[in-house]
Amino acid sequence: MNLDFSFYNWAIVSDYLLKGFIFSLKLTGSTTVFGILIGTLLALAKLSKHAWLSRPAILYINLMRAIPLVMLILWFYLLVPLMLGRPIGAEPSAYITFTAFEAAFFAEIIRSGIQALPPGQSMAGLALGMSPLQTMRLIVLPQALRHMIPVLLTQVIILFQDTSLVYAIGAYDLLKGFETLGKNFGRPVEAYLLAAAVYFLVCFLLARCILFVKLRLSVKGLAHD
Amino acid sequence: MIKIQNVSKWYGSFQVLRHCSTSVAKGDVVVVCGPSGSGKSTLIKTINALEPFQEGEIWVEGTAVHDPKTDLPRLRARVGMVFQNFELFPHLSVTENLTLAQIKVLHRSKDDAVRKGLSYLERVGLSAHKDKYPAQLSGGQQQRVAIARALCMDPVVMLFDEPTSALDPEMVGEVLDVMTTLAAEGMTMLCVTHEMGFARRVSNRVIFMDQGSIVEDCTKDDFFGAEQSRSPRAQDFLAKILSH
Repeated sequence: MNLDFSFYNWAIVSDYLLKGFIFSLKLTGSTTVFGILIGTLLALAKLSKHAWLSRPAILYINLMRAIPLVMLILWFYLLVPLMLGRPIGAEPSAYITFTAFEAAFFAEIIRSGIQALPPGQSMAGLALGMSPLQTMRLIVLPQALRHMIPVLLTQVIILFQDTSLVYAIGAYDLLKGFETLGKNFGRPVEAYLLAAAVYFLVCFLLARCILFVKLRLSVKGLAHD
Repeated sequence: MIKIQNVSKWYGSFQVLRHCSTSVAKGDVVVVCGPSGSGKSTLIKTINALEPFQEGEIWVEGTAVHDPKTDLPRLRARVGMVFQNFELFPHLSVTENLTLAQIKVLHRSKDDAVRKGLSYLERVGLSAHKDKYPAQLSGGQQQRVAIARALCMDPVVMLFDEPTSALDPEMVGEVLDVMTTLAAEGMTMLCVTHEMGFARRVSNRVIFMDQGSIVEDCTKDDFFGAEQSRSPRAQDFLAKILSH
Protein backbone atom coordinates (compact mmCIF):
# COMPACT_ATOMS: atom_id res chain seq x y z
CA MET A 1 0.00 0.00 0.00
CA ASN A 2 1.35 3.34 -1.01
CA LEU A 3 0.37 6.33 1.03
CA ASP A 4 0.87 9.67 -0.64
CA PHE A 5 0.33 12.82 1.40
CA SER A 6 1.90 15.09 -1.26
CA PHE A 7 -1.47 16.66 -1.97
CA TYR A 8 -1.36 18.16 1.49
CA ASN A 9 -0.67 21.87 1.84
CA TRP A 10 -1.97 24.62 4.10
CA ALA A 11 -4.44 25.83 1.49
CA ILE A 12 -6.56 22.70 1.83
CA VAL A 13 -7.12 23.53 5.48
CA SER A 14 -8.98 26.70 4.61
CA ASP A 15 -10.44 25.29 1.38
CA TYR A 16 -11.86 22.05 2.76
CA LEU A 17 -11.43 21.60 6.48
CA LEU A 18 -11.89 24.81 8.43
CA LYS A 19 -15.57 25.25 7.65
CA GLY A 20 -16.39 21.69 8.67
CA PHE A 21 -14.20 21.83 11.77
CA ILE A 22 -15.90 25.03 12.92
CA PHE A 23 -19.32 23.50 12.34
CA SER A 24 -18.39 20.40 14.36
CA LEU A 25 -17.10 22.57 17.19
CA LYS A 26 -20.15 24.83 17.09
CA LEU A 27 -22.46 21.82 17.11
CA THR A 28 -20.57 20.31 20.05
CA GLY A 29 -20.49 23.61 21.94
CA SER A 30 -24.11 24.58 21.52
CA THR A 31 -25.32 21.04 22.22
CA THR A 32 -23.26 21.02 25.41
CA VAL A 33 -24.63 24.35 26.65
CA PHE A 34 -28.28 23.82 25.73
CA GLY A 35 -28.15 20.08 26.41
CA ILE A 36 -26.96 20.67 29.98
CA LEU A 37 -29.53 23.43 30.50
CA ILE A 38 -32.42 21.33 29.23
CA GLY A 39 -30.91 18.20 30.80
CA THR A 40 -30.92 19.92 34.21
CA LEU A 41 -34.59 20.81 33.82
CA LEU A 42 -35.35 17.24 32.72
CA ALA A 43 -33.46 15.84 35.71
CA LEU A 44 -35.36 18.10 38.11
CA ALA A 45 -38.64 17.15 36.45
CA LYS A 46 -37.81 13.45 36.70
CA LEU A 47 -37.00 13.80 40.42
CA SER A 48 -40.12 15.86 41.08
CA LYS A 49 -42.79 14.57 43.44
CA HIS A 50 -45.43 15.69 40.95
CA ALA A 51 -46.35 12.96 38.49
CA TRP A 52 -47.34 15.51 35.83
CA LEU A 53 -43.69 16.61 35.80
CA SER A 54 -41.88 13.33 36.36
CA ARG A 55 -43.89 11.10 34.00
CA PRO A 56 -43.30 13.12 30.82
CA ALA A 57 -39.63 13.58 31.74
CA ILE A 58 -39.13 9.84 32.31
CA LEU A 59 -40.92 9.06 29.06
CA TYR A 60 -38.84 11.58 27.10
CA ILE A 61 -35.52 10.40 28.56
CA ASN A 62 -36.29 6.73 27.95
CA LEU A 63 -37.47 7.42 24.43
CA MET A 64 -34.38 9.44 23.45
CA ARG A 65 -32.04 6.87 24.91
CA ALA A 66 -33.74 4.05 23.06
CA ILE A 67 -33.34 5.57 19.59
CA PRO A 68 -30.06 5.60 17.66
CA LEU A 69 -28.96 9.19 17.15
CA VAL A 70 -28.51 8.80 13.42
CA MET A 71 -32.13 7.68 13.11
CA LEU A 72 -33.35 10.69 15.04
CA ILE A 73 -31.27 12.96 12.83
CA LEU A 74 -32.81 11.45 9.70
CA TRP A 75 -36.37 11.47 10.96
CA PHE A 76 -36.18 15.05 12.07
CA TYR A 77 -34.59 16.14 8.81
CA LEU A 78 -37.13 14.30 6.67
CA LEU A 79 -40.34 14.48 8.72
CA VAL A 80 -40.40 17.93 10.24
CA PRO A 81 -40.25 19.70 6.85
CA LEU A 82 -43.22 17.58 5.80
CA MET A 83 -45.15 18.80 8.82
CA LEU A 84 -44.03 22.40 8.45
CA GLY A 85 -44.44 22.41 4.70
CA ARG A 86 -40.98 23.86 4.13
CA PRO A 87 -37.39 22.60 4.45
CA ILE A 88 -35.43 23.58 7.54
CA GLY A 89 -31.92 22.87 6.29
CA ALA A 90 -29.31 20.38 7.45
CA GLU A 91 -27.51 22.58 9.96
CA PRO A 92 -30.52 23.85 11.93
CA SER A 93 -31.95 20.35 12.14
CA ALA A 94 -28.57 19.08 13.36
CA TYR A 95 -28.51 21.71 16.14
CA ILE A 96 -32.04 20.85 17.24
CA THR A 97 -31.71 17.07 17.03
CA PHE A 98 -28.40 16.92 18.85
CA THR A 99 -29.64 19.14 21.68
CA ALA A 100 -32.87 17.15 22.04
CA PHE A 101 -30.95 13.87 22.06
CA GLU A 102 -28.03 14.77 24.30
CA ALA A 103 -30.29 16.54 26.81
CA ALA A 104 -31.65 13.11 27.75
CA PHE A 105 -28.14 11.78 28.43
CA PHE A 106 -27.07 14.89 30.33
CA ALA A 107 -30.31 14.61 32.32
CA GLU A 108 -29.40 11.12 33.52
CA ILE A 109 -25.88 12.21 34.44
CA ILE A 110 -27.19 15.20 36.38
CA ARG A 111 -29.93 13.17 38.06
CA SER A 112 -27.40 10.66 39.34
CA GLY A 113 -25.22 13.55 40.51
CA ILE A 114 -28.11 15.05 42.46
CA GLN A 115 -29.01 11.72 44.01
CA ALA A 116 -25.41 10.94 44.93
CA LEU A 117 -25.31 13.99 47.20
CA PRO A 118 -25.88 13.16 50.89
CA PRO A 119 -29.51 14.01 51.74
CA GLY A 120 -28.29 15.94 54.78
CA GLN A 121 -27.18 18.75 52.47
CA SER A 122 -30.66 19.61 51.27
CA MET A 123 -31.95 19.04 54.82
CA ALA A 124 -29.49 21.70 55.99
CA GLY A 125 -30.65 24.09 53.29
CA LEU A 126 -34.29 23.57 54.20
CA ALA A 127 -33.53 23.87 57.92
CA LEU A 128 -32.08 27.33 57.27
CA GLY A 129 -35.41 28.41 55.80
CA MET A 130 -34.56 28.09 52.12
CA SER A 131 -37.34 27.01 49.80
CA PRO A 132 -36.93 23.65 48.04
CA LEU A 133 -36.11 25.55 44.84
CA GLN A 134 -33.49 27.72 46.56
CA THR A 135 -31.98 24.62 48.17
CA MET A 136 -31.75 22.95 44.78
CA ARG A 137 -30.26 26.02 43.08
CA LEU A 138 -27.85 27.19 45.80
CA ILE A 139 -26.86 23.98 47.58
CA VAL A 140 -27.57 20.82 45.59
CA LEU A 141 -26.98 21.73 41.94
CA PRO A 142 -23.67 23.58 42.41
CA GLN A 143 -22.25 20.53 44.20
CA ALA A 144 -23.82 17.95 41.91
CA LEU A 145 -22.53 19.72 38.79
CA ARG A 146 -19.03 20.00 40.23
CA HIS A 147 -18.97 16.29 40.98
CA MET A 148 -20.34 15.60 37.53
CA ILE A 149 -17.85 17.67 35.54
CA PRO A 150 -15.60 14.70 34.65
CA VAL A 151 -18.56 12.60 33.51
CA LEU A 152 -20.13 15.53 31.66
CA LEU A 153 -16.85 16.18 29.84
CA THR A 154 -16.61 12.52 28.88
CA GLN A 155 -20.07 12.85 27.39
CA VAL A 156 -18.83 15.92 25.47
CA ILE A 157 -16.03 13.81 23.95
CA ILE A 158 -18.58 11.25 22.78
CA LEU A 159 -20.70 14.10 21.51
CA PHE A 160 -17.84 15.53 19.46
CA GLN A 161 -17.29 12.15 17.85
CA ASP A 162 -21.01 11.79 17.22
CA THR A 163 -21.17 15.05 15.29
CA SER A 164 -19.79 13.04 12.37
CA LEU A 165 -23.24 11.42 12.14
CA VAL A 166 -24.56 14.51 10.39
CA TYR A 167 -23.15 12.88 7.24
CA ALA A 168 -26.60 11.25 7.09
CA ILE A 169 -28.22 14.56 6.17
CA GLY A 170 -25.30 15.94 4.19
CA ALA A 171 -24.26 18.70 6.57
CA TYR A 172 -20.69 19.88 6.09
CA ASP A 173 -18.79 18.88 9.22
CA LEU A 174 -15.18 17.97 9.89
CA LEU A 175 -15.49 14.45 8.50
CA LYS A 176 -17.31 15.68 5.41
CA GLY A 177 -14.43 18.09 4.81
CA PHE A 178 -11.93 15.26 4.77
CA GLU A 179 -14.20 13.11 2.65
CA THR A 180 -14.55 15.86 0.04
CA LEU A 181 -10.82 16.44 0.13
CA GLY A 182 -10.13 12.75 -0.41
CA LYS A 183 -12.49 12.55 -3.34
CA ASN A 184 -11.17 15.67 -5.07
CA PHE A 185 -7.55 14.53 -4.83
CA GLY A 186 -8.32 10.87 -5.40
CA ARG A 187 -6.72 10.02 -2.04
CA PRO A 188 -9.59 8.90 0.25
CA VAL A 189 -7.45 6.60 2.42
CA GLU A 190 -4.95 9.34 3.27
CA ALA A 191 -7.78 11.82 3.89
CA TYR A 192 -9.52 9.48 6.34
CA LEU A 193 -6.21 8.82 8.09
CA LEU A 194 -5.73 12.55 8.56
CA ALA A 195 -9.33 12.80 9.77
CA ALA A 196 -8.67 10.12 12.37
CA ALA A 197 -5.59 12.01 13.54
CA VAL A 198 -7.55 15.24 13.98
CA TYR A 199 -10.42 13.52 15.85
CA PHE A 200 -7.86 11.79 18.04
CA LEU A 201 -6.09 15.05 18.82
CA VAL A 202 -9.26 16.92 19.76
CA CYS A 203 -10.58 14.09 21.93
CA PHE A 204 -7.20 13.55 23.53
CA LEU A 205 -6.99 17.22 24.48
CA LEU A 206 -10.51 17.08 25.95
CA ALA A 207 -9.54 14.00 27.95
CA ARG A 208 -6.51 15.86 29.32
CA CYS A 209 -8.91 18.63 30.38
CA ILE A 210 -10.86 16.08 32.40
CA LEU A 211 -7.72 14.95 34.21
CA PHE A 212 -6.88 18.55 34.99
CA VAL A 213 -10.36 19.30 36.29
CA LYS A 214 -10.36 16.14 38.42
CA LEU A 215 -7.09 17.21 39.96
CA ARG A 216 -8.35 20.71 40.68
CA LEU A 217 -11.51 19.33 42.31
CA SER A 218 -9.61 16.91 44.51
CA VAL A 219 -7.32 19.70 45.66
CA LYS A 220 -10.34 21.70 46.82
CA GLY A 221 -11.65 18.63 48.60
CA LEU A 222 -14.77 18.56 46.48
CA ALA A 223 -14.26 15.42 44.46
CA HIS A 224 -16.08 12.27 45.46
CA ASP A 225 -13.08 10.02 45.77
CA MET B 1 -43.14 28.23 73.39
CA ILE B 2 -43.11 24.78 71.76
CA LYS B 3 -46.06 22.50 72.28
CA ILE B 4 -46.07 18.93 71.01
CA GLN B 5 -49.44 17.24 71.35
CA ASN B 6 -50.10 13.59 70.73
CA VAL B 7 -47.74 13.32 67.74
CA SER B 8 -47.57 9.98 65.92
CA LYS B 9 -45.61 9.09 62.84
CA TRP B 10 -45.39 5.99 60.71
CA TYR B 11 -42.90 4.85 58.08
CA GLY B 12 -45.27 2.68 56.10
CA SER B 13 -46.72 0.34 58.72
CA PHE B 14 -43.86 0.90 61.18
CA GLN B 15 -44.71 3.39 63.90
CA VAL B 16 -41.70 5.56 64.80
CA LEU B 17 -43.47 8.02 67.10
CA ARG B 18 -46.29 7.02 69.47
CA HIS B 19 -48.50 9.75 70.89
CA CYS B 20 -45.63 12.01 71.92
CA SER B 21 -46.60 15.04 73.98
CA THR B 22 -44.43 17.59 75.72
CA SER B 23 -43.84 21.29 75.84
CA VAL B 24 -40.80 23.50 76.02
CA ALA B 25 -40.75 26.90 77.69
CA LYS B 26 -38.53 29.81 76.75
CA GLY B 27 -35.03 29.31 78.13
CA ASP B 28 -35.50 25.58 78.70
CA VAL B 29 -32.57 23.33 77.92
CA VAL B 30 -34.04 19.92 77.25
CA VAL B 31 -31.91 16.84 76.66
CA VAL B 32 -33.60 14.05 74.69
CA CYS B 33 -32.00 10.67 75.22
CA GLY B 34 -32.78 7.02 74.71
CA PRO B 35 -31.53 3.96 72.86
CA SER B 36 -30.88 4.24 69.14
CA GLY B 37 -33.99 3.82 67.05
CA SER B 38 -36.16 5.19 69.83
CA GLY B 39 -37.31 8.13 67.71
CA LYS B 40 -35.36 10.96 69.39
CA SER B 41 -33.99 12.48 66.18
CA THR B 42 -37.29 12.00 64.41
CA LEU B 43 -39.11 13.80 67.22
CA ILE B 44 -36.95 16.92 67.18
CA LYS B 45 -37.04 17.03 63.39
CA THR B 46 -40.84 17.17 63.49
CA ILE B 47 -40.51 20.53 65.25
CA ASN B 48 -39.20 22.24 62.11
CA ALA B 49 -41.13 19.88 59.83
CA LEU B 50 -38.06 18.21 58.38
CA GLU B 51 -39.90 15.03 59.38
CA PRO B 52 -43.58 15.12 58.47
CA PHE B 53 -45.97 13.43 60.89
CA GLN B 54 -49.39 11.95 60.34
CA GLU B 55 -51.13 12.62 63.65
CA GLY B 56 -51.05 15.24 66.36
CA GLU B 57 -50.23 18.92 66.60
CA ILE B 58 -47.05 20.93 67.06
CA TRP B 59 -47.02 24.62 67.84
CA VAL B 60 -43.87 26.76 67.68
CA GLU B 61 -44.48 30.26 69.06
CA GLY B 62 -48.06 30.17 67.83
CA THR B 63 -47.23 28.70 64.40
CA ALA B 64 -49.07 25.47 63.63
CA VAL B 65 -46.45 23.09 62.20
CA HIS B 66 -49.10 20.43 61.44
CA ASP B 67 -51.14 22.84 59.31
CA PRO B 68 -50.43 22.15 55.62
CA LYS B 69 -50.98 25.85 54.90
CA THR B 70 -48.11 26.91 57.17
CA ASP B 71 -45.23 28.66 55.43
CA LEU B 72 -42.57 26.09 56.33
CA PRO B 73 -39.49 28.01 55.11
CA ARG B 74 -40.57 30.91 57.31
CA LEU B 75 -40.97 28.63 60.31
CA ARG B 76 -37.62 26.92 59.70
CA ALA B 77 -35.81 30.25 59.40
CA ARG B 78 -36.68 30.84 63.08
CA VAL B 79 -35.71 27.36 64.28
CA GLY B 80 -31.97 26.72 64.33
CA MET B 81 -30.82 23.19 63.63
CA VAL B 82 -27.45 21.51 64.13
CA PHE B 83 -26.88 18.11 62.54
CA GLN B 84 -24.86 15.10 63.53
CA ASN B 85 -22.76 15.36 60.36
CA PHE B 86 -22.43 19.17 60.48
CA GLU B 87 -23.78 19.56 56.92
CA LEU B 88 -21.75 22.65 56.16
CA PHE B 89 -21.91 23.44 52.45
CA PRO B 90 -18.58 22.15 51.12
CA HIS B 91 -18.61 24.32 47.98
CA LEU B 92 -18.79 27.52 50.02
CA SER B 93 -16.24 29.18 52.29
CA VAL B 94 -16.90 29.49 56.00
CA THR B 95 -18.05 33.09 55.59
CA GLU B 96 -20.33 32.14 52.71
CA ASN B 97 -21.77 29.31 54.79
CA LEU B 98 -22.58 31.83 57.50
CA THR B 99 -24.11 34.45 55.21
CA LEU B 100 -25.96 32.52 52.48
CA ALA B 101 -29.27 32.02 54.27
CA GLN B 102 -29.10 35.45 55.93
CA ILE B 103 -28.95 37.02 52.48
CA LYS B 104 -31.26 34.67 50.56
CA VAL B 105 -33.86 33.98 53.25
CA LEU B 106 -33.81 36.99 55.60
CA HIS B 107 -32.86 39.38 52.77
CA ARG B 108 -30.13 41.04 54.80
CA SER B 109 -27.55 43.09 52.97
CA LYS B 110 -24.25 41.36 52.34
CA ASP B 111 -22.44 43.74 54.69
CA ASP B 112 -24.87 43.11 57.55
CA ALA B 113 -24.76 39.37 56.95
CA VAL B 114 -20.96 39.27 56.94
CA ARG B 115 -20.79 41.41 60.08
CA LYS B 116 -23.22 39.14 61.90
CA GLY B 117 -21.55 35.99 60.58
CA LEU B 118 -18.10 37.07 61.67
CA SER B 119 -19.30 38.11 65.11
CA TYR B 120 -20.74 34.63 65.71
CA LEU B 121 -17.62 33.07 64.21
CA GLU B 122 -15.62 34.97 66.78
CA ARG B 123 -17.88 33.72 69.56
CA VAL B 124 -17.18 30.12 68.57
CA GLY B 125 -13.51 31.03 68.44
CA LEU B 126 -12.87 30.50 64.74
CA SER B 127 -12.34 33.99 63.30
CA ALA B 128 -9.02 32.97 61.83
CA HIS B 129 -10.73 30.42 59.60
CA LYS B 130 -13.27 32.69 57.89
CA ASP B 131 -11.89 32.20 54.38
CA LYS B 132 -11.31 28.46 54.61
CA TYR B 133 -13.49 25.74 53.15
CA PRO B 134 -15.23 23.21 55.42
CA ALA B 135 -12.98 20.36 54.27
CA GLN B 136 -9.99 22.28 55.67
CA LEU B 137 -11.44 22.28 59.19
CA SER B 138 -11.50 19.57 61.85
CA GLY B 139 -14.82 17.98 62.78
CA GLY B 140 -15.09 19.99 65.96
CA GLN B 141 -14.38 23.21 64.09
CA GLN B 142 -16.95 22.34 61.43
CA GLN B 143 -19.60 21.72 64.06
CA ARG B 144 -18.82 25.06 65.74
CA VAL B 145 -19.20 26.80 62.38
CA ALA B 146 -22.50 24.94 61.91
CA ILE B 147 -23.71 26.25 65.28
CA ALA B 148 -22.65 29.78 64.32
CA ARG B 149 -24.46 29.38 60.99
CA ALA B 150 -27.70 28.49 62.78
CA LEU B 151 -27.29 31.36 65.28
CA CYS B 152 -26.87 33.89 62.45
CA MET B 153 -30.58 33.45 61.72
CA ASP B 154 -31.53 34.74 65.21
CA PRO B 155 -33.46 31.56 66.02
CA VAL B 156 -36.03 31.42 68.83
CA VAL B 157 -34.98 27.85 69.59
CA MET B 158 -32.00 25.65 68.69
CA LEU B 159 -32.36 21.97 67.87
CA PHE B 160 -29.27 19.78 68.23
CA ASP B 161 -29.39 16.34 66.64
CA GLU B 162 -26.56 14.33 68.20
CA PRO B 163 -24.12 17.21 67.66
CA THR B 164 -21.10 15.34 69.07
CA SER B 165 -21.77 11.78 67.89
CA ALA B 166 -19.68 12.06 64.73
CA LEU B 167 -16.73 13.71 66.48
CA ASP B 168 -13.43 12.31 67.63
CA PRO B 169 -13.43 12.21 71.44
CA GLU B 170 -10.93 15.04 71.83
CA MET B 171 -13.24 17.39 69.90
CA VAL B 172 -16.41 16.71 71.85
CA GLY B 173 -15.44 19.17 74.57
CA GLU B 174 -15.05 22.22 72.33
CA VAL B 175 -18.55 21.73 70.88
CA LEU B 176 -20.14 21.10 74.28
CA ASP B 177 -18.44 24.27 75.57
CA VAL B 178 -20.12 26.34 72.87
CA MET B 179 -23.45 24.72 73.70
CA THR B 180 -22.96 25.34 77.41
CA THR B 181 -22.26 29.03 76.81
CA LEU B 182 -25.34 29.23 74.63
CA ALA B 183 -27.50 27.68 77.34
CA ALA B 184 -26.08 30.06 79.93
CA GLU B 185 -27.11 32.97 77.72
CA GLY B 186 -30.71 31.81 77.89
CA MET B 187 -31.11 30.13 74.51
CA THR B 188 -33.98 27.66 74.34
CA MET B 189 -32.46 24.34 73.33
CA LEU B 190 -33.51 20.79 72.56
CA CYS B 191 -30.55 18.43 72.36
CA VAL B 192 -30.59 14.83 71.30
CA THR B 193 -27.38 13.57 72.87
CA HIS B 194 -25.75 10.73 74.74
CA GLU B 195 -23.54 13.17 76.64
CA MET B 196 -24.93 12.57 80.11
CA GLY B 197 -22.32 14.87 81.62
CA PHE B 198 -23.73 17.70 79.54
CA ALA B 199 -27.27 16.71 80.53
CA ARG B 200 -26.30 16.79 84.22
CA ARG B 201 -24.45 20.09 84.08
CA VAL B 202 -26.40 22.14 81.60
CA SER B 203 -29.93 20.87 81.02
CA ASN B 204 -32.88 21.56 83.22
CA ARG B 205 -35.05 18.79 81.81
CA VAL B 206 -34.55 15.31 80.43
CA ILE B 207 -36.83 13.46 78.05
CA PHE B 208 -36.21 9.73 77.77
CA MET B 209 -37.63 7.94 74.75
CA ASP B 210 -38.01 4.27 73.97
CA GLN B 211 -39.66 2.62 70.96
CA GLY B 212 -41.20 5.86 69.77
CA SER B 213 -42.75 6.85 73.07
CA ILE B 214 -41.77 9.48 75.60
CA VAL B 215 -41.18 7.32 78.66
CA GLU B 216 -39.77 9.96 81.00
CA ASP B 217 -40.18 13.71 80.92
CA CYS B 218 -38.87 15.18 84.12
CA THR B 219 -36.43 17.63 85.66
CA LYS B 220 -32.76 16.82 85.50
CA ASP B 221 -32.63 16.33 89.26
CA ASP B 222 -35.45 13.81 89.17
CA PHE B 223 -33.90 11.97 86.25
CA PHE B 224 -30.44 11.59 87.71
CA GLY B 225 -31.24 11.98 91.42
CA ALA B 226 -34.28 9.85 92.01
CA GLU B 227 -33.26 6.99 89.80
CA GLN B 228 -35.25 4.35 91.61
CA SER B 229 -38.48 6.14 90.81
CA ARG B 230 -37.70 6.05 87.07
CA SER B 231 -39.10 3.45 84.73
CA PRO B 232 -37.16 0.17 84.39
CA ARG B 233 -36.27 1.05 80.77
CA ALA B 234 -34.73 4.37 81.81
CA GLN B 235 -32.86 2.78 84.71
CA ASP B 236 -31.51 0.12 82.37
CA PHE B 237 -30.42 2.77 79.86
CA LEU B 238 -28.75 4.90 82.51
CA ALA B 239 -26.94 1.92 83.97
CA LYS B 240 -25.54 1.06 80.55
CA ILE B 241 -24.57 4.56 79.54
CA LEU B 242 -23.10 5.62 82.90
CA SER B 243 -21.16 2.44 83.57
CA HIS B 244 -18.32 3.38 81.23
